[in-house]
Amino acid sequence: MTEASAVRFIELTIDGQSVRVPEGTTLLEACRGQGIATPTLCYLENLTPVNVCRVCVVELEGSRTLVPACSRRAETGMVVHTDSDRVRLSRRMVLEFLASSVDLSLAPAVGEYLRRYNAHPERLGPPAAGSERDFRPVGHHHQPDGTTAETVAQPVKVDNELYIRDYSRCILCYKCVEACGVDAQNTFAIAVAGRGFDARISTEFAVPLPESACVYCGNCIGVCPTGALMFSSEYELRQTGAWDEAKQAQTDTICPYCGVGCTLTLHVQDNQIVKVTSPLDHDVGHGHLCVKGRFGWQFVQNRTDPAKE
Amino acid sequence: MDLRLRATPPHATERAAVDAVLGPPESGWVGGVRRSESDGHVARGGHDMRTRRHLLLPALHAVQDRLGWISPEALNYICQRLDIPPAEAYGVVSFYALLSLSPQPPVVAHVCDDLACLTKGAGAICAELERTIGPAGTPSADSRVTWHRSPCLGLCEQAPAALILAAGDSPHTQTLSSIRAADVVTALRSDHAAETIPMILPQAGDTGLRLLRRVGVVDPTSLDSYRAHGGYTALRRALELGPSRVIREVTDSKLLGRGGAAFPMGRKWEAVAQAAIHPHYLICNADESEPGTFKDRILMEEDPFALLEAMTIAGFATDCQQGYLYIRGEYPHARERLAGAIAQAHARGFLGENVMGHGFRFDIELRRGAGAYICGEETALMNSIEGYRGEPRNKPPFPVQVGLFGKPTVINNVETLVNVLDIVLHGGLAFAAIGTPGSTGPKLFCVSGCVTRPGLYEVPFGVTLRELLALAGGVRDGGSLQAVLLGGAAGSFVTPDQLDTPLTFEGTRTIGASLGSGVVMVFDDTVDLKAIVLRIAAFFRDESCGQCVPCRVGTVRQQEQLQRLLTGHTLSTLPEELTLRADIGQVMRDASICGLVQTAASAIESALAKLQLLTPSRVS
Ligand SMILES: Cc1cc2nc3c(=O)[nH]c(=O)nc-3n(C[C@H](O)[C@H](O)[C@H](O)COP(=O)(O)O)c2cc1C
Ligand code: SF4
Ligand code: SF4
Ligand code: SF4
Ligand code: FES
Ligand code: FES
Repeated sequence: MTEASAVRFIELTIDGQSVRVPEGTTLLEACRGQGIATPTLCYLENLTPVNVCRVCVVELEGSRTLVPACSRRAETGMVVHTDSDRVRLSRRMVLEFLASSVDLSLAPAVGEYLRRYNAHPERLGPPAAGSERDFRPVGHHHQPDGTTAETVAQPVKVDNELYIRDYSRCILCYKCVEACGVDAQNTFAIAVAGRGFDARISTEFAVPLPESACVYCGNCIGVCPTGALMFSSEYELRQTGAWDEAKQAQTDTICPYCGVGCTLTLHVQDNQIVKVTSPLDHDVGHGHLCVKGRFGWQFVQNRTDPAKE
Repeated sequence: MDLRLRATPPHATERAAVDAVLGPPESGWVGGVRRSESDGHVARGGHDMRTRRHLLLPALHAVQDRLGWISPEALNYICQRLDIPPAEAYGVVSFYALLSLSPQPPVVAHVCDDLACLTKGAGAICAELERTIGPAGTPSADSRVTWHRSPCLGLCEQAPAALILAAGDSPHTQTLSSIRAADVVTALRSDHAAETIPMILPQAGDTGLRLLRRVGVVDPTSLDSYRAHGGYTALRRALELGPSRVIREVTDSKLLGRGGAAFPMGRKWEAVAQAAIHPHYLICNADESEPGTFKDRILMEEDPFALLEAMTIAGFATDCQQGYLYIRGEYPHARERLAGAIAQAHARGFLGENVMGHGFRFDIELRRGAGAYICGEETALMNSIEGYRGEPRNKPPFPVQVGLFGKPTVINNVETLVNVLDIVLHGGLAFAAIGTPGSTGPKLFCVSGCVTRPGLYEVPFGVTLRELLALAGGVRDGGSLQAVLLGGAAGSFVTPDQLDTPLTFEGTRTIGASLGSGVVMVFDDTVDLKAIVLRIAAFFRDESCGQCVPCRVGTVRQQEQLQRLLTGHTLSTLPEELTLRADIGQVMRDASICGLVQTAASAIESALAKLQLLTPSRVS
């Protein structure tokens, strides 16, 4: 911990209120400190800000463009507006762009944002049907006719027993890439490939996960905000219509495998563990786990009598 | 980080191509021969090896040049050599239009169908190639050749244009100008590169030229010829003056950047010169990909030593020992000239350990882009050099603080840099006396489209658009002017009633336009401007890096909606569509990471406002 005397404070104005924050504070943290609700999609406390979704933008006096609250650090004398017409319009458009191109039905936070910013994605056109998106070359595209709005709809990737990747739900927030890379796992099994609207999360040459470097830590699932990455157990229950969060209990426990002692949150439905998460504010793993804690719980439910095997 | 690599080794040719760039592998750990005495015990790698990541793009080029595509095995070998996760390397390859991830014929024609070429029949040429070779991207019947549609190749004064890239043991390239479809087919089928295109300089012989004074006069392949035409006198003078005096002259000159953003050069240099963190880096931005722009190409092809001299002065003034010259992949001829010039400058002590015997050390490395407009954005360019995807970085921090490899970096455009020679030779104040108070110095304009003499023109700032068009011989065949696109795809359309606007930064601002990179593209009344405007929308969609939502999705929505507006098949009432049009434009300007999409609505909005392109709405 830095000693209190060493911390320098910064004064700025947010929505007309004078605010004092420690040096290094982001505008998002400063806003949250003031109780100003700021939407975020690509930001997560335990990851480096990539500031790509732009839903958190705020107006900074003297700046030609709006600035991303999640990554911009507070500076003395800044005058910030978080709910001006410009801010509301950009947030609305970002949400309309996403909702018109991505299946957000499993991203509950976004539904709330869409209402708050009065977003009407349907004005961009009815969604176009999807297709395979893995091998699109960069460069020229067919001229659209404008009757539909292009989407990222594509087949679900089911290539291993532990989790599925449904990139029709992907908003390209880069969180999974960060979690798989330097921010947590250091495995680098996935990266962003392609360019523009064809940009996508991919393994090398889009090989199935079992042929990739993936070690199934599931940290990408843990950070995904849209349900694009999902436990197979959850996916299968959803397919049969049996998934029911109302019937689920969440129980915190300590992972039994090793001495690190990560906290596991077990999601249990009908006496079955259906998925495992870990709290972000946990000071050991910051929400990240390894394959054992994340997926190695079948033995708990192994109720067959060994003698009968 | 443990890489998971494939077991299949690369083909011998692929290995040789990579080793030619990276040197032979040091040990069995990185794909070499395993030496039992040492390799079993120590692995070299980690941080040490990852500092070589900047060699990724050069290694990829080597394989692409040799084989015409990058196979999984070749990529795997590069990853092993440079300790890069294959998924990341795949992400990099798939970012660039000139790198192929699937096998393709060795000989490929990139046929420009961008704005200037479109006004000169590129559409018909592409249609004919579709008939004779097959749809773009598919191999010919005998699998030996193929073709792609390309964004602007920077040859607009010689439109319609094409570029042929032939992979092989001795890869070759060929630039084709004023083409017909048959020329493309012939060139695809010929074994050797024909003559490169002629150099057209409409102002040749004009003794008042400054930036272009040596173009067409000096032998661009000879250092002696350059020196005989006054070369390296500015560097000598700079070395005498010392860094701070050079910066003062540059500041006094009030030179504004010519790459599009018009930033004062002196401020940039000052900031880097004073940065406490070392090393400092210098970058020359020669990515020139703004549709309609070809000025930097001509400077580099015809007067390459001038750019090297200017870069050396910049390095001296800002305390850099290493400069990078990042040139777009579509400029093979300029690249060759520069490589030759760098080698000669080195051999003769104008680059290297002891520049002109002054004890100053400076080197220039040539880096080749691979087909991505966005890599002209300064921070995307830095990521590209470093071996990452060419995605722009969020600012702040600015490059003068955190630039290439995280160090303070000066980045300037080719034309901006070449101006420094005169500033040093004649003084900043003398330079500032040229042009107008707000726009000092000479300026290059890339005039293309429907004019009598398309080409590169140098005029002092202050000349009006009308005067410039007169210099270029006016509208071709005595036709009548419909509109001028000023500043390129990122610029805006101006109409015949605005021809008296002075071509200065401040003058164009008064009519809501900008000079951008100096594009002046002329459309007479035979041109279908709807097709031009749609091509601009397609360009931004094709070239978005895809990082941020306002651009990744916004450029697609803009393109879809523009189609509706121009055909009249709107989804709602016209006023509702126009509100949507305005909303899309505003989020693009306001909320993105970089300048690409901040300017992506500009030309389109100006066209819709001024050019009566809307078809009456027929809501379906
Ligand atoms: C999308 C985009 C593309 C750009 N392309 C180029 C380019 O091709 N050449 C260039 O010099 N500057 C380009 N720029 C501007 C650079 O970011 C930067 O401002 C410039 O290199 C600075 O040099 P200057 O001050 O000498 O103009 C581009 C900017 C954007 C946003
Ligand atoms: S499960 Fe772990 S290793 Fe596999 S892709 Fe996700 S974050 Fe990377
Ligand atoms: S898969 Fe999920 S975490 Fe990864 S980029 Fe897409 S939305 Fe974000
Ligand atoms: S504005 Fe476009 S090109 Fe620039 S960072 Fe965003 S997505 Fe990439
Ligand atoms: S949350 Fe700030 S840009 Fe995404
Ligand atoms: S070369 Fe074709 S438009 Fe520039």
